[in-house]
Amino acid sequence: MTALTLTNVNKSFGPVHVLKDINIEINDGEFVVFVGPSGCGKSTLLRVIAGLEDASSGDVHIGEDLVNTTPPSKRGIAMVFQSYALYPHLNVRKNMSLALKQEKKSKDVIEERVSEASRMLDLSDYLDRYPSELSGGQRQRVAIGRAIVRHPKLFLFDEPLSNLDAALRMNTRIEIANLHSALSASMIYVTHDQTEAMTLADKIVVLRDGRVEQVGSPMELYNNPTNQFVAGFLGSPAMNFLRGELLGEQGDHTIGIRPEDLIVVPNGHLAVQVRHVEELGGETNVVAEVSGTPVTIRLFGQSEIRPGDTLHIDVPQERRYRFSTTGERL
Amino acid sequence: MNKARSNPLNTAAMHVALITYTLIALFPVFVILINSFKSRKAIFRDPLALPNSESFSLIGYQTVLKQGDFFLYFQNSFLVTVGSLFFILLFGAMAAFALSEYRFKGNTLMGLYLALGIMIPIRIGTVAILDMMVATGLVNTLWALILVYTAQGLPLAVFILSEFMRGVSDDLKNAGRIDGLSEYAIFFKLALPLVRPAMATVAVFNMIPIWNDLWFPLILAPAEETKTLTLGSQVFIGQFVTNWNAVLSALSMAIIPVLVLYVIFSRQLIRGITSGAVK
Ligand SMILES: Nc1ncnc2c1ncn2[C@@H]1O[C@H](COP(=O)(O)OP(=O)(O)OP(=O)(O)O)[C@@H](O)[C@H]1O
Ligand SMILES: [Mg+2]
Repeated sequence: MTALTLTNVNKSFGPVHVLKDINIEINDGEFVVFVGPSGCGKSTLLRVIAGLEDASSGDVHIGEDLVNTTPPSKRGIAMVFQSYALYPHLNVRKNMSLALKQEKKSKDVIEERVSEASRMLDLSDYLDRYPSELSGGQRQRVAIGRAIVRHPKLFLFDEPLSNLDAALRMNTRIEIANLHSALSASMIYVTHDQTEAMTLADKIVVLRDGRVEQVGSPMELYNNPTNQFVAGFLGSPAMNFLRGELLGEQGDHTIGIRPEDLIVVPNGHLAVQVRHVEELGGETNVVAEVSGTPVTIRLFGQSEIRPGDTLHIDVPQERRYRFSTTGERL
Repeated sequence: MNKARSNPLNTAAMHVALITYTLIALFPVFVILINSFKSRKAIFRDPLALPNSESFSLIGYQTVLKQGDFFLYFQNSFLVTVGSLFFILLFGAMAAFALSEYRFKGNTLMGLYLALGIMIPIRIGTVAILDMMVATGLVNTLWALILVYTAQGLPLAVFILSEFMRGVSDDLKNAGRIDGLSEYAIFFKLALPLVRPAMATVAVFNMIPIWNDLWFPLILAPAEETKTLTLGSQVFIGQFVTNWNAVLSALSMAIIPVLVLYVIFSRQLIRGITSGAVK
């Protein structure tokens, strides 16, 4: 069963063509992450799915239903916003129950769903507080709770964690993952954080300039990117791109190699100058340079390498990705 | 801002300036108030003296209250002011919401057109307005005044409020849409409470000119039963003799309702004026 199908979806704001021919299919219970650089249209796509914007052309199906003209509240979706968007004049309980009241659900149902959601999110003690009396993390949990109580078929998250600090982000990320397995609902999650995308997703959709670049599981995209953009976008530190001739290959293609695949050996056939060393304790990222091209090498453990050193590295054949001048994978 | 505040010299200078301004602004009100409690002779002998046992007199208030219609005038003024404010705020906020929230053809043009009224004084159209009021039979009704004042206040209200409406978070409105609120509910329940300070600002800006206006009551509603306070007080100002006791007492009493409305709005107002600056 599919939870969502987008067919040839286009969206223009006046002359600005923001979404270009988007085709995506999402299965029931799947956790799908949209990633892409800022301004590529992730939020716009999410808003089209939610019904907050009308697509200029193309079809949106949620489940089996064509929802092109269905208002947001009737689409069986719930959305969590980056800015929380809690109703400032309502307390937590009322924030969570507003949608159910609008649906004319009975008091008992509302009460039961709110207490169920607040139990899941550890919010039971805060039900009578107002949003301004909560911390950022609590506010975001209320926003998630507001989505849960509606029992939607499809959850939409627009960068829900980007206003939280690192530690809280990790906790909330785990909470969202738990929620997903507990609720077994389909979720779409927009982020530009690598870690969130890789750890949460069943399926990642990489967007660039309003186009879908590639769709696949995190490891599929990591191991088998179809083009240079996807290869460079996923992975941290990012993949290195070197001209073919530097590595003694014929043709004007580009060779991509992940930082962890480079091997430092005394007789390596590529000599690089170390510019900068980032020691993270558990691993070390060495930023070096070879004839003007930066190369990042990722080493495990700590290392003696210092800026100014010359390193000799090997670029294993079987680890090389080759891309044409237009960025296509060869 | 905080640095300037912590410097005692700056603080002192600021307070001196503000206190001076306050004194200048309050002085006329003060003179009106003290003289309204004095006998006619005492007013002219020494206008700046406080009333004492010898000069104290309530004759002004007695005259005003004996003129039985004074309460009617009072009520008329109040109805006109409150009614106009209500419509200015309601329609102004609705127009501002539409202009800032919905993308439609001619949106900007419409906004400019609505703002044009700020630059064109409504009194220029007095003759045409009078014609229309006569044609619709609204002359000598309070509705005539309410409609005119609403028209007069709307341009600035739309202009100020649309700026604030634009500041209301899109996410919040969208959250409301997803939760199934109608556009009206989003306007009344989400947007309005958030622009309350701006509404108070608009209310205060409009309230005082409406309350004090003499022009339109004189032209559109001069009948005895629709006279406003300002117009009603004119009976004490004659061509040859002016009953100063009565005028001053009427003015003193006229201050009270404005003061009450102001206190109601001012809590919001202070936030309204500073919110733009601080952010
Ligand atoms: N209402 C609008 N009118 C005109 N252009 C718009 C509108 N909304 C978005 N855009 C444009 O559409 C493009 C995509 O915007 P969108 O908000 O979807 O990006 P995004 O991928 O979510 O970026 P970010 O990661 O920064 O949130 C941007 O170039 C933006 O300028
Ligand atoms: Mg976005």
